[in-house]
Amino acid sequence: MIELLPLLETLCAAPGLSGNESPVREIIEQTWRPYTDELSVSRLGSLHALKHGSAPEPRPSILIATHMDAIGLMVTGIVNGLLRVTEIGGLDARVLPGQLVTVHGRQEIPGIIVQPPAHLLPAHAQSGPVPIKYLLVDTGLRARQVNQQVRTGDLISFAQEPTQLQGDTLAGRSLDNRASVAALSLCLEQLHTRNHAWDVWAVATTQEEETMGGARTSAFELRPKLAVAVDVTWGKSPGSPDHLTFALGKGPTLGWGPNVHPGLHQSIRKIAEQIEMPFALEAMPRHSGTDAFAIQVAAQGIPTMVITIPLRYMHTPVEVVALKDIQRTARLLTEFISQLEIDYMEKLLLEESS
Amino acid sequence: MSADTVKRDNAPKIRAAQIRLLERLCNASAVSGDEGEVRSIVLDEIRSHADQVEVDSIGNVLATKLGKSRHRKKRLRVMLAAHMDEIGFMLIHREDSSIFRFDTVGGIDVRQLVGKPVLVGQDHIPGVIGTKPIHLTTSNERKNTISLDALRIDIGLDSNPKVKVGDRATFATRFTRIGPSLRAKALDDRLGVATLIQLVKHAPENIDLLAAFTVQEEVGLRGAQVAAYTFDPDVGIALDSTPAIDLPDWEQEAGQEENSFYNTKLDGGPAIYLADSATLADPRLIRHFADTAEAAGIPFQFRQPGGGGTDAGAIHRSRAGIPSISVSVPARYLHTAAGIARLSDWRHTLTLLHTALTKMTPSLLSEPR
Amino acid sequence: MKSLIQELVETTGPSGYESRVRDVIRTKIETLADEVYVDALGNLIAAKGEVESGGKKIMLAAHMDEIGIIATHIDELGFIRFTTIGGVRRQTCVGGRVRFLNGTRGVISYEDLGDVNKLPTFNQMYIDVGSTSRAECPVRVGDVAAFDRPFSSFGDRLVSKAMDDRIGTAVLIETLRLLNKTPNQVFFVFSVQEEVGLRGATTAAYGLDPDIGIAVDVTRSGDTPKGVKMEVSLGAGPAVKVRDSGMLSDPRVVSWMVDTAEKEKLPYQMEVLEAGTTDARAIQLTRAGVPAGCISIPCRYIHAPSEMVDYNDVQNAVQLLLALLKQEVNLE
Repeated sequence: MIELLPLLETLCAAPGLSGNESPVREIIEQTWRPYTDELSVSRLGSLHALKHGSAPEPRPSILIATHMDAIGLMVTGIVNGLLRVTEIGGLDARVLPGQLVTVHGRQEIPGIIVQPPAHLLPAHAQSGPVPIKYLLVDTGLRARQVNQQVRTGDLISFAQEPTQLQGDTLAGRSLDNRASVAALSLCLEQLHTRNHAWDVWAVATTQEEETMGGARTSAFELRPKLAVAVDVTWGKSPGSPDHLTFALGKGPTLGWGPNVHPGLHQSIRKIAEQIEMPFALEAMPRHSGTDAFAIQVAAQGIPTMVITIPLRYMHTPVEVVALKDIQRTARLLTEFISQLEIDYMEKLLLEESS
Repeated sequence: MSADTVKRDNAPKIRAAQIRLLERLCNASAVSGDEGEVRSIVLDEIRSHADQVEVDSIGNVLATKLGKSRHRKKRLRVMLAAHMDEIGFMLIHREDSSIFRFDTVGGIDVRQLVGKPVLVGQDHIPGVIGTKPIHLTTSNERKNTISLDALRIDIGLDSNPKVKVGDRATFATRFTRIGPSLRAKALDDRLGVATLIQLVKHAPENIDLLAAFTVQEEVGLRGAQVAAYTFDPDVGIALDSTPAIDLPDWEQEAGQEENSFYNTKLDGGPAIYLADSATLADPRLIRHFADTAEAAGIPFQFRQPGGGGTDAGAIHRSRAGIPSISVSVPARYLHTAAGIARLSDWRHTLTLLHTALTKMTPSLLSEPR
Repeated sequence: MKSLIQELVETTGPSGYESRVRDVIRTKIETLADEVYVDALGNLIAAKGEVESGGKKIMLAAHMDEIGIIATHIDELGFIRFTTIGGVRRQTCVGGRVRFLNGTRGVISYEDLGDVNKLPTFNQMYIDVGSTSRAECPVRVGDVAAFDRPFSSFGDRLVSKAMDDRIGTAVLIETLRLLNKTPNQVFFVFSVQEEVGLRGATTAAYGLDPDIGIAVDVTRSGDTPKGVKMEVSLGAGPAVKVRDSGMLSDPRVVSWMVDTAEKEKLPYQMEVLEAGTTDARAIQLTRAGVPAGCISIPCRYIHAPSEMVDYNDVQNAVQLLLALLKQEVNLE
């Protein structure tokens, strides 16, 4: 029986930066194992979990993609025992000074991101936010020890512990996108006792934050008939534009735009209405910024949908999500998959019939 | 009658019917991701002419017209792509019952939006992109571009259930003929679509013609990527429309106002691409098209190497690689409310494409680059 | 190997127009490989070896193309306007010399900007080939040229235009020459159009569908006055790429390279590059994915007409590559 909060806390605590996801993959594998029939790892490290449907073979498959990689830093050099760093994934440099981190060297070493005082920086960087390349990580160890334990290329994760906030919300790092991984885990658990005709590929993809390499190559390999990318979206919060953000606690958003198959969107929307689940429409005029972008154009093309969970303060170590929204997302996926009929593809239309 | 004369008589023409078709295409609304209206027109036109027609998962229309020569190996599989989508807008947030925030889809200069009428949704509900009257602005304000963030689409006083967040909108320009020119929105790439429809109807018999009416070119050549993978052709040709920036250069001396960065010129004929940002055209195809044009006396020009991209960018990178090129109709003011093209340039583009296709054989690909 | 490098770097071959380079390389490798062929986009591919037990299908890639320029307009007096092919920088153009594919040579200069300290935009530059009229100019719209600088060696430091990535092609050729026994099937891909977006490697990788991909390309160094801070230096050995702006190397490939270098007592450096990427990215993302990495030759002044590498790094790169290819590879 999956308890959402402990699962989230475990997922968020696990390192797994883009390109080096194995630590979190192991945890996801353990979590999914009881609810799936086959588990394998792709050539780029994505986790592929297959749950067989009940229809006779050959059965069509639906792929649900949640990226498991997180953003962080990488060591670019060592000077006097202090680490120079670069970003993995998109980071706002202003969020970094004073953050606690873990350096994954020969062993796990705690550190702090520090901002050198102005007089130690070049003239043009002395006022205003300090760009990442001038920041340092101080582990508190002496230079000799650092040189033995750490080298160029080593990874650095944020060390922020997850914290429960008011109203059944959780604040922590890597909720982008471990919140979606948790939702997919709940869905798999629910499907375990439900009947569904289609095969389900649950895929924890790699490198979404950098190249979308995981989604692209997994879609190519698995060739599902349908795909849904589950990710996070911008939650309403102070300072964020109202028209581009979505309230926490009011359900997931359903994506709409060129990156989404209109017919598939309508089908999933109908299910949400049927189960009286709150949701919002997310207009994505050009692209979704999610794994769906890579999946939609794999090989001969795959009808794709995007479901996102509102999240405040994205790409900071204090991302905030409402647990209820994760549960709703799981339920929406479960209901849609359970109701998928074996001839759905024949009825799937691009145009709404007027 | 010589064989050549016979071929020329079979060559497709642009007459009143084709111009009416172009009019319908240009007036239709088909913003990237929402190409249904143009897709319907295309399907109606080519269904009875192609051997096989399908619509794929992203919305491309893929039509095959097999050639007739006895030996299949002697026929090149040639993919021709024309994109059905146009640049436009999407409504992203409702501010009150009839006022919407919107975002652009595809590359549009924000300065082209102010004060324009638009059509929203599949029912073409009229709206306007207005702005504060000049009387209420200061001269300082007027020095700054009005940002997209400040613009809204206004559909009147009441809401309309047919206008909602997520709907697309286009410029409201109606197609018209003015002397030698055609003026319309979406010449990029309805000119290509109309041309490809004609080529499907008059497909040369020496090749297998794989026609892809693609989607989402303006947001990253997305449809062409999928279509090329499905077709897996020997050669790829994108039919597009390209800017003619042949206006006078202010800095030059009077009487010599030729600018050096014109991209293409109106009345210069079809534009053969050498290099854009997305594709370095295969030199053998460049030679084939240029030589064909010269031999047949068809005016043509080389598009100046530079930026921009066409579906060829996605096609040539597909699978294990596909030699590709683009051939476009030049037009002024693309990606704005109203573009201008010459009927004669369009005619010559169709003739050049058809003639070049009739002369394509597999030996083309054994030539040295 | 120096004369091989010289011949390669002094050949003209901007992206899309690599024929000359392809011909030079083909002559050198024709008898060394089991099979040599050219694919649809012009990649030159040489295959060596068969997959034996424990062996893998390995794709190596070094790109034949160099950055350059392409003529966009010839004016009435025969001056040539141009645009760039690949990442050409304005600073390196001013006063530079180019050589067109047809042999014509020219000088790059620029319009009067009113201020001698201002750097012109590309649109303000032009090429003078000594013509006096458009009709008489030997260059047409669409003709391509590369920068024109001869190869030089300052002791162990080798200098030329197009070290990026002819030095990589030289490494591949030399590796092919010295590779006698391998349990792997190795494809030496001399790719096209890397500088404009890894285009050749994208399609070559699709065609080959390898088990492992390794690119050999140049990388920046951090050892010049007030330069970028980077842990890579000339002369300290070939660099094992961990990350660049387009790719995170497969950590198993990185470990394999590092363990092999340590075992063979070869010098090596760890590389994190914050600007630029290589063919390895294209290989990694192909089809169902390919574990990929890159061996980099440290290089100063990349994308300038005088790029500098250290000959020892080049030779050590060959040794490292040979050591990798001779093994049965187990990435787990």
